[in-house]
Formats: sequence, structure tokens, C-alpha cells
Amino acid sequence: MNRRLAGICTIAVVLLAGAGYVGWTVWRQRPASAATGGLDPARSGTLLYVDEAAGDRRVGQVAPGGEAATGDLRCLRMYSAGGTTICLRALTVPAGFEALLLDRNLAKIRTVRVDGTPSRARVSASGRLVAWTVFRSGDSYDPGRFSTTAGIYDTADRKLYGSLEDFTLTVDGAPYDRPDVNFWGVTFAADDRTFYATLGSAGRTWLLRGDLRTRTLTAIHENAECPAVSPDGTRVAYKKRGAGGAWRLHVLDLASGQEVALAETANVDDQAVWFDPTTVGYATTPAGARHPAVFAVPADGSGAPRLVRPDASSPAPLT
Amino acid sequence: MYLATSRSASPTTPGGAGPARVSGTVVGLGLVSFFTDASSELVAAFLPVYLLYGLGIGYLQFGVLDGLYTGATAVLRLAGGHLADRTARPRAVALFGYGLSAVTKLGFPLVGGSVAGIGGLLAADRAGKGIRTAPRDAMITAASPRAALGRAFGVHRALDTAGALLGPLLAFALLAGIGSAYDAVFGTSFCLALIGVLILFFFVRVDPPAPVTMAPPGTGAGDPAVTWPGADGGVPAVARPGAGQGDPAARRGGAPARPRVTLRGSLALLRNVALRRVAGCALLLGLATAGDAFLFVTLAERSGIGGNALSLMPLGTAATFLLAAIPVGRLADRLGRWRVFLAGQALLVAGYALLAGPLTGWALLPVVLGLHGLYYAATDGVLMAHVGALLPPELRSTGLALVQTGQALARMAAAVAFGALAQGWALRPAFTVFAAALLVATVASAVVHRTTDREYA
Repeated sequence: MNRRLAGICTIAVVLLAGAGYVGWTVWRQRPASAATGGLDPARSGTLLYVDEAAGDRRVGQVAPGGEAATGDLRCLRMYSAGGTTICLRALTVPAGFEALLLDRNLAKIRTVRVDGTPSRARVSASGRLVAWTVFRSGDSYDPGRFSTTAGIYDTADRKLYGSLEDFTLTVDGAPYDRPDVNFWGVTFAADDRTFYATLGSAGRTWLLRGDLRTRTLTAIHENAECPAVSPDGTRVAYKKRGAGGAWRLHVLDLASGQEVALAETANVDDQAVWFDPTTVGYATTPAGARHPAVFAVPADGSGAPRLVRPDASSPAPLT
Repeated sequence: MYLATSRSASPTTPGGAGPARVSGTVVGLGLVSFFTDASSELVAAFLPVYLLYGLGIGYLQFGVLDGLYTGATAVLRLAGGHLADRTARPRAVALFGYGLSAVTKLGFPLVGGSVAGIGGLLAADRAGKGIRTAPRDAMITAASPRAALGRAFGVHRALDTAGALLGPLLAFALLAGIGSAYDAVFGTSFCLALIGVLILFFFVRVDPPAPVTMAPPGTGAGDPAVTWPGADGGVPAVARPGAGQGDPAARRGGAPARPRVTLRGSLALLRNVALRRVAGCALLLGLATAGDAFLFVTLAERSGIGGNALSLMPLGTAATFLLAAIPVGRLADRLGRWRVFLAGQALLVAGYALLAGPLTGWALLPVVLGLHGLYYAATDGVLMAHVGALLPPELRSTGLALVQTGQALARMAAAVAFGALAQGWALRPAFTVFAAALLVATVASAVVHRTTDREYA
């Protein structure tokens, strides 16, 4: 009887302690009273990002030299362009993740359930096309490896491309049909039809050019992941795996096929963005820091990385 | 005839409250598993986000970790089983296993972004699971009347599965509610695991109370099935009708002259023909079992719902398993546990055949997931119930561990083989091959080991 009572009391203490700890965490994370809810995805010249400092992953906005503000939106990964915002976030019932699409007033356009851990997000410059990548482990052909799904949504046609797997794929001029293909890291050209993405298969990666209308994908370059096409559509920035296994950002000139390594020498595992026609941005965790930070580096391989925003990820420069 | 035996056994159920009571030990162990599974599935669901957004570890490294997570800690199962028998303290060994897994949850915030550290914690968590499984199943066996072992395991597995369903829900509720407050998620997981350990410590008793309450008149005094150590290749067929209660002889303390358990003595288990046959059949069937992940991927493809609902499919299987575990366990007690186990394998053959067949469309979803869930309900606990009744009490954990380890290793090998087959060929023909292989293995198992479980009831 005593043992039973002792058991009940101990379990009650553990329950209370656990609930108290979670409750305290939620309370501690209340947004700082100043400057919330003021996000404006139509305000050009500013940067939207996911704030990494507080731990609740709120989306923040900052103008050059201005004060930063955070809103109520909380995302694992986000992007915004042309007034359209995509926010990849967790959802409780059914347990999983979703892509939340918002218009220029941050009103919901729709949500898309995505099956896997959010990884990349992108919106075309006009705000019409939206893309995301999620990854899963455990269901790939190769036990212990991952698989990815890249999806696209057309906000004008309300058309959902749940994955790219039914697109016609060409590698080295020949149809490519292997069951282990994975697609990730979509980026859109200005025509809202052409896009670039990564193909992974048989331990190799390729830069793909895709066409939404003909539903085709063509490999144009090898060893290139998570592309970001430049505003003028002439160059693509991507991460390229080096000999030691680390990724380094490179920029490919699509007309000449010339590839240059950018000045950032640290490992960068991110889908880059273009701040302007000559500057590439990305997030990486600086040595010794606890959180990632947003950096910018010249797109021609010159110069050095410059810190844009500490404790931030998912940079989305609004133009 | 069997029904008559079964009925004559039921009045001996403890408490005299009719035949439907399941021992408090079994319910207690079920609750332990409920909290422990909720704890570990919470972390499993949360880990990808933690690695990617909390630590910035990319997919490729994550793949390595995932391999470690599911990797081979099979040997520890055998060690845990043997230790439980050797010390005759299955509860203590199980406590260690549950405790080890609980403590790893506190380790995550400490090791930070170290890939080796996280890998080590995941391996330790798996090790804890390996160590505790066989002693726990042995405790369920010891606490249950032989005629109702299937029901007892059904109750345990239902609670276990309920916990596994709750874990991911909690993980995503926390993620949605408090973003990346990772310490709070690990803290929650630790609290759940600790509650499991505390229930085991405070509420699960293995030592039998006085015979007055637990062993009503008419119960066989010894363990009926055991002709041990006279395992002269004999079939363990000691039909003792009416021996409804578990085995009071297996207790430390009360029982006189408990046989000493040595490694050599444990090896002698292999001389038990029935156990050898069951273990061999389980191994063979395991070798013809495609991994669940492949089943879900193929089902997504064949049903036309695509990859975007893939993560919901295990819920269908688990929900069926949860609902069916107890009724199917009772059915197994009535019809014979080996028969129901084989019927479960046949259900899986049907599921594979559907995936390999020409049918497509969403209707495949409920049918295949239903078959898959029923397969689990008819095999997972039911096999342990069947094996538990075959084993001498002093070697029960070892014997259960032996069967589980063989099955686990065979399934791992089969998953690799299936992956290679699917990669070189395609998913559908791979399922054709596995459906045929599993059918052959099921028929072979039915021929090799013929029993109605009557002799153990």
C-alpha cells in the first residue's frame, strides 16, 4: 500500500515537473512586446528571414540600417517574392508538415500537406509559382538513405504538381529511368514556365532545367545542388560538393558554361538567393556560433563574405 | 474437445470474476510500454527536424544516423534474455533496459551537434530496447494463465501500439506549439520514459503473492509443459488439462531448487525440437518479409494517392493492429496460437499479392493496410504467446530472445534483399517474388510444425 502511494506520488511529481517545464518554455517564448505583426511582404528593399535567436522561429523583416520586426508567422523554412509567401511548418493533426501559402496581405491562399521534413522553399519573382522540397528517411530504396519530394503550385491556375516524378527526364541526351531518382531545390526563371532543380541518382547529382508546360526535365550540368537562378536568368548559383565532401557555392554562366567558385570557403548547405544581379546570399552557421546567420558574397568569385543578419535563416530579399 | 478444455480452465482465473480478467502485471507492463513507446516515437518523429533545424546536420549524415538507429543491436537481445534467466530477475533486467532508454533522452541536449554523440545515444536507446524486450515478454508469460496467453499479449501489444501512435502526435503538437524549443521536447520524452520506468518499479510485481490468491485449487502445482532438462528431443507435449495458471515454480524465493541457468544450459534450449522448429520457421518467414517501408511506398504508388500521404500509412496499420490485437489474441487462445500465427502470415501473402497484382485505385488502401494491421495482430504477440508456452520457465527469456533475434536478423537481411531486387527491377515484381516466397515459407511452416497449441493450454 505504501509502495503504491509512493509510486502514485512520484509519477504525479514527474508529470507536474514535465508539464511545468513545457509550460514555462511556452511562457518564456512569448513574443517581445515591441514591433510584432508588422510584416509586409510587399515592401521592397527589405529582407524577410526566419529569426533563429528566440527559438520559436518567427519570421522577421528588416530594412537596411533599420530596426528589425517579427510577426506572428512561424516557419521552419520560408520564402517570399512578388507578394506571395510560402511557410513550411509543423502541423499537429494529422501529425506532419504543411506548406502554407500567403498572399500580399498575409492572408491564406491555401495549404498543401507535404510528406516529409521541410527542406527548401522558393517563389517565382512574379509571385505566381511556389515550390518546396521535403525529405524523408526510411522509405528510400537504399536503407539508411533519404528520399526527397519536390512539389510546385501554380497560384494562377491553382494547379498542384505534387512531385516531379512523372515529368520526362533526359540525362546526357537519353531518357533516364531509374527507380532511385530524387528531385530537390526548385528555382524559377522569370517566364513562370522554366525552372531549375537538382536530380540525385546513383550517388551523383545534376542541375536540371525543367519546363512546366511540356513537363520535361533535362540535365544540363553535373555536381550541382539547390540552384538559384539569377534575376536576369543568365546565371545559376548552387552548392557544389568538393573533394572533402563539403559544399561550396558556385555560379554557372548558362551561355558559356563557365563555373566560378564564390569567396565563401566554409561549408554551405543552403539554397542560395540573389540579393541583386551581382550578389548571392545564403545562411550558414559561423564557426563558434549557435545559430545560422545570413551572409552575402559577390557572385563573380571576388571579395569576401559579408554578414547581413545574425541568428537568421531562410533569407528572402524583397525586390 | 479443445473448447471443453479451455472452459474447464476458465474458472481457475484469479479473482473469480469470470474469464475476462487479465493479470495486473500484464496491464502494468502494457502501460510501461505505452509510455516508453510514446517517448521513443516522440523523439523519432522529432529527430529529422532537430537534426536539420536545430543542429544543421544535412541529409547525408542523417542517413548514416538512421542506419545506426535501426542497426544491429540484436546480440543485446540475447544477452538481455540470458541475463534475465541467469539472475532469475527479469524485472531488474527490464528495468535496466527501460532506464537506459530513458536516460538517453536527457543526453541529446548535452551532446549538441556531435554526430558521433547522437549516433551513440540512438544506439544506446536501441540497446535498451534490445535488452528489455525478452525479459518483459517472459514476465507477461509468467503472469498469465497458459490458456489465455494470446489475450495477455494482445492487451500488451494494444497498449504498446497506442503509445506508438501517441508519440508522433505529441512531437508535432510540441513543434507546432513551441517551435524549436528542443530541450522541452527532449524533456517531455524523458518524463514519459521515466513514468514508464516508475510504473515498472512501483506497480509491476513478478513475485507471486501467496498461492491463496493467485493459484486457486485445481491449478497444477508445477509447470505443466516442462519436461526440462530432459530435452531428449522430445516434443514438449505434456498435456495437462486444467493447468490454467502460470507457473508458480518459476519464482525466486518461494520455489524450491530452481535449476541453475548457465550459458551451456541455455544452449541446450536448441535441443528442444519444438522450439527449434518454431525459431526456424520464424527465421524462414522473416527472410520472406519485405520491409514495411517498401509496402507503404508501393501502396502509395498502386493506390494512386502518391507520396504525399506516405507518412499517414503507418497510422492505418497501427490503428488496425491496436483494435485487433486483443480480439485476435483471444481467437488465438481459442483456435490455437500457431494456427492464428500462420493465418496472419497468409494475410500478409494476400497483401503482397494485391500489391503485385493488376489492381489499382484508392480502394487498395484500406484493404492492404487492414491486412497489414491484422497480420501484426495475428503474429507479433501471438508468436510470443506460442513460444512462451513452449519454454521451461527458467529459460523463458533466453528462448524468447532467441526467436526474436532470429526473426529480426532475417527481416533485416530480407529488407536489404528486397531493396536490391526493387532497385534492379521494380517494386511490383519484387512483391511477386516475396509473395511467392512468403507463401512457400508459410506452407512449409505449417507442415514442419503442426500443433493446435492444445498440449500447452
